[in-house]
Amino acid sequence: MAEIRLIEIKEEILTDNRKEADNLRAKLKKTGTFLLNLMSSPGAGKTTLILKTIEQLRGRLRMGVLEADIDSMVDAEKIAASGIPAVQIRTGGFCHLDASMVMKGLDAFDLKCLDLVIIENVGNLVCPAEFDTGAVRNAMILSVPEGDDKPLKYPLMFSVSHVVLVNKIDFLSLSDFDMDVFRERVHTLNPAAAIMETSGRTGQGVAAWADWLECEVKAFIA
Amino acid sequence: MHELPVMQSILNVILKHAVLHRVKKVHAIGLSVGTLSDLEEEWMQKYFDHLSTGTVAEGAQLRIQWIPAMLSCDECGNRFELDKTRLDGITCPSCGQKKFSLISGREYHIRDMEAE
Repeated sequence: MAEIRLIEIKEEILTDNRKEADNLRAKLKKTGTFLLNLMSSPGAGKTTLILKTIEQLRGRLRMGVLEADIDSMVDAEKIAASGIPAVQIRTGGFCHLDASMVMKGLDAFDLKCLDLVIIENVGNLVCPAEFDTGAVRNAMILSVPEGDDKPLKYPLMFSVSHVVLVNKIDFLSLSDFDMDVFRERVHTLNPAAAIMETSGRTGQGVAAWADWLECEVKAFIA
Repeated sequence: MHELPVMQSILNVILKHAVLHRVKKVHAIGLSVGTLSDLEEEWMQKYFDHLSTGTVAEGAQLRIQWIPAMLSCDECGNRFELDKTRLDGITCPSCGQKKFSLISGREYHIRDMEAE
């Protein structure tokens, strides 16, 4: 039997994706386009919140939306109806987007004419957290009916998000969601995370979120 | 859930090193994975077996070293393991402060391989 050797490798597993993501960020810096990666579980209110954000930022920023879904066009049609360019990526069964898929999707836009592109990632709190999409900022939505225990179940998602939007805040009085406990859990994992309360239905908190986003975009493209 | 693309990228790295080192057969692969990842050991091996069929890495055993999620106290620098089952009410066991930085638990690393 041949001799067995121990070969040192010392490589990060997701290096290729991270390199692609860094390349994409460098490209976006050149075109002056801010990329936001928006993640949540299905039904947390991503599409509605994007539509409300578009309303707030219309005339202030030139926007586009990259929609990722396993297999449907529903969300892209809703966004396009608001008059904002939308591109649908069908992930074909993939549970997340990676940087090369995003790069391909962005080819459909004229990036020089856009200040902000929002990625609506696949609805899932697990896989999208592992893959750098090339976005400048990660945002996640946690809706009140999902419960304040979600940081315990999906710690990685909460640790990679720069901002956590607690959506459907109009349901707060009907639920036993404890905002103080939730904030503490998020900040244990990610002390720098901004936490904002929003409602896609009533519009509560959307202006503050849009202002935060506009500041981030202007700082990046300055 | 996303074991498949992760396993594919592990296999790509292994096959690249197998060519560099003129390996005929890979017996085992040493990985370091943070406990904050949602990967399941059993599924990692199953997906790896599926993807590696017909390559020099077919039949290789994954040896996973799980890296605990550790917090470092921003006040006194004390390091302690994060209890993922309760993230609220955590205080530094050494000084009682409540501000921490996450210093490990997100690792995704291929350490080495045993091969002939």
